[in-house]
Amino acid sequence: MSVILVLVAFSVVLAGGFLAAFFWSVRSGQYDDTYSSSVRILFDDDKPRETLEPQVPPAGLVKEQSPNQ
Amino acid sequence: MQNTTVNPDTKNKLNACYHCGEDCGTVPIKLEEKLFCCNGCKMVYEILSQSNASDYYKYEEHPGLKAGNGEVGSRYAYLDNEEIRRELLEFSEDGVSKVKLFIPAIHCSSCIWLLENLQRLHPGVMHSSVNFVKKEVIITFHDSQLTLRQLIELLASINYVPQVTLDTFEKGTKRKVNRGVYYRLGVAGFCFGNIMLFSFPGYLSVNDAVENLLRQNFGLLNILFGIPVAFYSGSVFIISAYKWLKKRFVSIDVPIAIGILVLFFRSVWEIISGTGPGFMDSLAGLVFFLSIGRWYQDLTYQALSFERDYRSYFPVAVTLISETGAESIIPIKNLKPGMRILVRNQELVPADALLIKGDGSIDYSFVSGESAPVTKKEGERIFAGGRQAGASIELLVEREVAQSRLTELWNQDMTGGEKQTRWDSILDVISRYFTVMILVLSTVSGIAWWFINPSMAFLVVTAILIVACPCALAMTYPFSLGGAMRVFGRNNFYLKRTGVVEALSKIDTIVFDKTGTITRNDGFGADFNSLVATMDQLHCISSLVRHSTHPASVAIFRQLQGFTALPVKGFKELPAKGIEGNVNGHWLKIGSEEFVTGTITLSSSSGRTFISMDGSVLGYIGMMNHYRDGMKEVLSELATRYELHLLSGDNDAELSNLLAFFPSRDHLNFNKSPKDKLEYIRALKAAGKRVLMIGDGLNDAGALRESDCGISIADDIYHFSPACDAILESGQFRYLPDFLRFSRKSMRIVFISMGLSFLYNVVGLSFAITGNLSPVVSAILMPLSSVTIVAFVTLSVLISARFSKFEKKS
Repeated sequence: MSVILVLVAFSVVLAGGFLAAFFWSVRSGQYDDTYSSSVRILFDDDKPRETLEPQVPPAGLVKEQSPNQ
Repeated sequence: MQNTTVNPDTKNKLNACYHCGEDCGTVPIKLEEKLFCCNGCKMVYEILSQSNASDYYKYEEHPGLKAGNGEVGSRYAYLDNEEIRRELLEFSEDGVSKVKLFIPAIHCSSCIWLLENLQRLHPGVMHSSVNFVKKEVIITFHDSQLTLRQLIELLASINYVPQVTLDTFEKGTKRKVNRGVYYRLGVAGFCFGNIMLFSFPGYLSVNDAVENLLRQNFGLLNILFGIPVAFYSGSVFIISAYKWLKKRFVSIDVPIAIGILVLFFRSVWEIISGTGPGFMDSLAGLVFFLSIGRWYQDLTYQALSFERDYRSYFPVAVTLISETGAESIIPIKNLKPGMRILVRNQELVPADALLIKGDGSIDYSFVSGESAPVTKKEGERIFAGGRQAGASIELLVEREVAQSRLTELWNQDMTGGEKQTRWDSILDVISRYFTVMILVLSTVSGIAWWFINPSMAFLVVTAILIVACPCALAMTYPFSLGGAMRVFGRNNFYLKRTGVVEALSKIDTIVFDKTGTITRNDGFGADFNSLVATMDQLHCISSLVRHSTHPASVAIFRQLQGFTALPVKGFKELPAKGIEGNVNGHWLKIGSEEFVTGTITLSSSSGRTFISMDGSVLGYIGMMNHYRDGMKEVLSELATRYELHLLSGDNDAELSNLLAFFPSRDHLNFNKSPKDKLEYIRALKAAGKRVLMIGDGLNDAGALRESDCGISIADDIYHFSPACDAILESGQFRYLPDFLRFSRKSMRIVFISMGLSFLYNVVGLSFAITGNLSPVVSAILMPLSSVTIVAFVTLSVLISARFSKFEKKS
């Protein structure tokens, strides 16, 4: 019967691992914003194309904008 | 006249702007087969497509917001000031800086994509991540390639304008996040699951040596898991109960704390003495469910601020003019009386000051809700809080920021201390009686059992305290009112916390502010009845006024939409006078009576815009405040149930119009200062009324605080609104009676479910008093009552929301 006690100890350790994982996920801020990650996963990852075209900031981007109309 | 007005609601979807989705009108701007409503939108598109970021338009259709004036100019020049820069940055080291910015424009998945791909727009950006719930973006960037000012100008150029105000500057964005509620919930859930498993052998009535060994070991494990449940997850309730008791007040947390402690210690005693399996499973279940309730109650609108004061709307820096005339930028806290400052177009006057150079045209809409600019001449005094509309002006500061007329009023209110607890919540009243009743009941049954069977007395007393623990009762309030709060939120009525629903339901008097509350904030309506003009002449007028941004011109132009623009020659705008120009060969003058006709008839010529063509006066256009849509219906419906009052800072020009809606002349009050408004509410409360105040400007702030429930109306909920209990988006004003009705319905649901939870208590108590409360009964009864109550209130709230008027429209 003592095998049950061993199993119990094992299951408590395992469950404790899951609790620790939960703590980690809260600490890393996963529960602070539950919306963005649901959207972020759907974005296309087109980083390779980016490396092909060298990035140059468009001229006049951070300068003043002219008034519209 | 009416038939020339184009209804802005009838959007032509064929001509929807590629960027913002608004109607492009008859002459859209075209670029690469795409239509744009204005140059601002087109420019944002160009920036994005040049930077390989046109995926922005892939994730949502028309994701942009209509571009504003687009004029950045030197608006952000203050960010080059080292002191300000340092305060704003989260950290800055080795040429790498990190900043957290609040951007109210964040609203869709495209926004997230673009803001997290800022490095496409500028290589100086290293990394950026969006917190959608808080509408914040955290950006890490290379200082050498991109200054903070350039970064913010970059965001402004693509129409994601960060809000940098004195508020963020003083308090900083470094708010600590409270994640305790998640930890406590996790611990309670973890222990609940394990304890349920370990409790199982205790319920088997087999009696052999092996089973007993298991039972004992599992009992000890239960105690081990029970400790964090009672003293970590349950600590909030115990601490809160202790705090309330110290204030000599019995809240719902008191019977809960008693329940938790009794459950824990009786279980420990039972397990150690070997007399029974204990109630640890009930304890863990109780704390777990209560923690869910707490979590649900704390889910509020994180991006909204209900605590704003003048600081959240004042700028962080001003332009100082030295003796030699040189301009420099200093943080606003360094501003001292006697300094000369420059206030540009659309900038705010930060302190009471004397106008020394330029023509002031001050818009006090934030302070009073009145959007018509007030003209000020050199030598006149300008109060803090106004916004200059027009050319730059020079001011001589007279008082420090914190001592100006506006902010002083604020400080005065603030020293009034915390908003007093108004009336006790129904939950508090009930729990007070409940606690007393339970204590009496347990004492009486304890004494009774002492005579029948003394060994049972202790068991019965503790059983009563356990079973009476008002778990279901405590779940009722957060889940029904929290549900109602979410229903309101879906319909753009945002409450600060769940208790506001109850406050709303108890109101018997409603006080309205006038300007900006029952009238619209977005300028005037133009009354053409005193104008004699042909269609061609109206065409010319429309072409001229479209060049001016004066509120009167805007109002006239809005009424005269649908005309194409005729070319205008020699356009001139004379501040405080009017506009003139040659349209299609006709010389047109539009403006004040003196400017147009050359004479002044004293009979109230203000509020009238005169028009002459080729020297002959066509008449005038009256300017009037627009009442909000459905104002008539709202007020007449509310009048049947509530006592209505009006508190206006304005004169009584519209008395005759308003008299129809309010029960008596005594309830209409004009020319009231912010202080008067506060006193008025105080007097109403002293007369035993339960007052709901509805206002919008800073001048209502005192009254909103003083009232039992203060609602502030805002066109843009993320922009400035004074401290209040709830924020109502202005378009939903017409549903106000329905919102109030729904709050009463929600309270009815609370009463019914409280009745139900009492029934559960009666059942439980009948077991306890007769000495039959076994751990199994308790372990079944407690989760059963909580779950059914939560299901009942959630469903009832959803169903009753379905039948509300405001839900039907969506």
